[in-house]
Amino acid sequence: MELKPIAIVNGRLIEADGTTRPGGVLVRDRSIAAIGEIEAAGVETIDARGALLAPGIVDLGTFAIDLPAFTAGGITRAALMPDQSPPLDDAALVQRAAAAGKPDVWIHPIAAATRALAGEELAEIGLMKAAGACAVATGRGWIADSGVMLRLLGYAASLDMPVIVHAEDGWLTTGAVATSGETATRLGLPSAPAMAEAMAIARDLMLAEETGARIHFHQVTTARGFDLIRAARQRGVRVTCGITPAHLLLSDTAIGQFRTFARLSPPLREERDRLTAIEAVRDGTVDILCSAHDPQGPEAKRLPFVDAEPGMAGAETLLTLSLTLVRDEVIGLPRLFELLSANPARLLGLPGGQLETGAEADLILIDPDAPWRIDADRMAAKAGNTPFDGLPVQGKVLMTIKGGRPLR
Amino acid sequence: MPTDPHPFPHRHLTGIYGLQPWEIAFLLDEAEQWIALNRGTAKHDDRLAGLTLINAFFENSTRTLLSFEIAGKRLGADVVNMQVAASSVKKGETLIDTAMTLNAMRADVIVIRHEASGAVQLIADKVDCPVLNAGDGRHEHPTQALLDALTIRRRKGRIDGLRVAICGDVLHSRVARSNILALTALNAEVRVVGPSTLLPPAIERMGVTAFTDFDAGLDGADVVMMLRLQRERMAGGFVPSPREYHALYGLTPERLERAAPDALVMHPGPMNRGVEISSSVADDPVRSAITEQVEMGVAVRMACLDVLTRARRGVPGWN
Repeated sequence: MELKPIAIVNGRLIEADGTTRPGGVLVRDRSIAAIGEIEAAGVETIDARGALLAPGIVDLGTFAIDLPAFTAGGITRAALMPDQSPPLDDAALVQRAAAAGKPDVWIHPIAAATRALAGEELAEIGLMKAAGACAVATGRGWIADSGVMLRLLGYAASLDMPVIVHAEDGWLTTGAVATSGETATRLGLPSAPAMAEAMAIARDLMLAEETGARIHFHQVTTARGFDLIRAARQRGVRVTCGITPAHLLLSDTAIGQFRTFARLSPPLREERDRLTAIEAVRDGTVDILCSAHDPQGPEAKRLPFVDAEPGMAGAETLLTLSLTLVRDEVIGLPRLFELLSANPARLLGLPGGQLETGAEADLILIDPDAPWRIDADRMAAKAGNTPFDGLPVQGKVLMTIKGGRPLR
Repeated sequence: MPTDPHPFPHRHLTGIYGLQPWEIAFLLDEAEQWIALNRGTAKHDDRLAGLTLINAFFENSTRTLLSFEIAGKRLGADVVNMQVAASSVKKGETLIDTAMTLNAMRADVIVIRHEASGAVQLIADKVDCPVLNAGDGRHEHPTQALLDALTIRRRKGRIDGLRVAICGDVLHSRVARSNILALTALNAEVRVVGPSTLLPPAIERMGVTAFTDFDAGLDGADVVMMLRLQRERMAGGFVPSPREYHALYGLTPERLERAAPDALVMHPGPMNRGVEISSSVADDPVRSAITEQVEMGVAVRMACLDVLTRARRGVPGWN
């Protein structure tokens, strides 16, 4: 059945140079039929009231299916990490996860690289691809066995699937809950040196280079990690990397007073690494901004720091916090939506991620200046574990539109 | 100078961190009176009469628990000991639940030891009464630092300007952290000495100098504070063997020659004789202050219990 056309009018469109111009979008049969001056006569219309019209966010690597949080955050597609219960290591599980969000937010399952994510035996990656898996991931963990990792990368390359990697040398991080440094030492928390990340990246880049695999580091957070990625890219290695706003905006001092909401994986880093991460966004080393959305209730967070689960509920603050980078003139608006939408869609081979004629009508309406305050007790997410609780922020998603249909 | 109406404006004692130098000195001054009482025959004061002190120990302890029990009883409190082996408690909400339970039983002061750094603060945030930290993970053990400071002050007449070497397993030691905070606040020159595997990262940022050479670290020290090295850490994980550790970092009479001629030797106990400290040093009646530390422990804990319950007891000026 053909859906009725919808015109979104009175919006502002982002130009390539970062300026905005008035305009709208005409949606026909879930796709963008026209952009710019829209002739809305006789068509159902949505009045954007001057809001910014941008592509829906493609969030690469969430740990939970959390539709209210995704909708609130302007996320129209979420690539789901395989760390589910049970892990996504089987085609049937992948198929079920892929159906979980439709029709509102589309969930794109990422296949577990190894059975039960144990890092030992390859999972049925080919069958999972056929069932709809868009990529392969090591999950929260690191594959310690270099032989397994070599075979995984080679196998995934032959299937042309990107491999999403958690980059922390697990031998160094065993038992650690923070980055080694003054904060962890003062608090008496077991810690691992920040170079645990670079050590993992160095090995996996070599293996990726050897096999020709596409490798994506889910979250890179240290100066040495970025240096390795820049150098590998120059050699022609097919490498991309992401980061969360938390690692760009917070340093490890945020865990002071044993704040478990700031216990993340990878852990927050020292200030100098945070500053180099911002430079890596500025100079183009970072390809993707993601939320690593991981809602955890009080039973997992209201614990002594070492016993608490890592992770933050980040989906609904992803855009708001990322807009800080635009206000601080680290990047412009066009680049922001490359990082949030176009790049992750391209990496995963998904349609959408851009405003162009013929593309999927996944859109968001944003007021980039609207002030509000992040409140852990009033989040749309399954849990309010955000290290930004109480922070006054600017920029709000007013409406999330999936396939031309408003979700809120 | 303090502008607060009373000299110790804190509800809990969860750590030395956050205390001003004069507040530390105030607690030490308060402890002095209890030393005299404890040395007499009528070791009793009833200012805490009617109050309930709960010692909630989630980690094995003999000495510290006994010390707090004696301190509470000498002040007339009703003392209840709750020893829960951490393994038998399910982690998670249980800790908060335990806190709520103690609170509902209307404890007037709670002393807590727990294996996890930060666990005491977590409980302190949930209860209505004062909470005293008797050791949380590797984080803090404030009454140990206070009793050490009191011991040093009495034996040396001052703390300001003394060179103190804290030696051994600094990485896993809450005693070391609290002592670093207290002694640097009181203007001592603090060194930490140990193998690099047992020194915490960036420890210099706490205002100390780090040494991996034991002799160099001991040079001219006025106080040599030895730390306990747990047996399971000597089996190759952090240190190759107990005998190698003793050879490199054990305090022997010869080693002690490096320190100042009248250097004081301390140890928070229990000691591994023949590992971090040799018996002849530990038992040296002139140099060793180890039994005096235990004595000061009771006095300091009496002072802390007294001061923290003043508001609750309606002591004038302490509401």
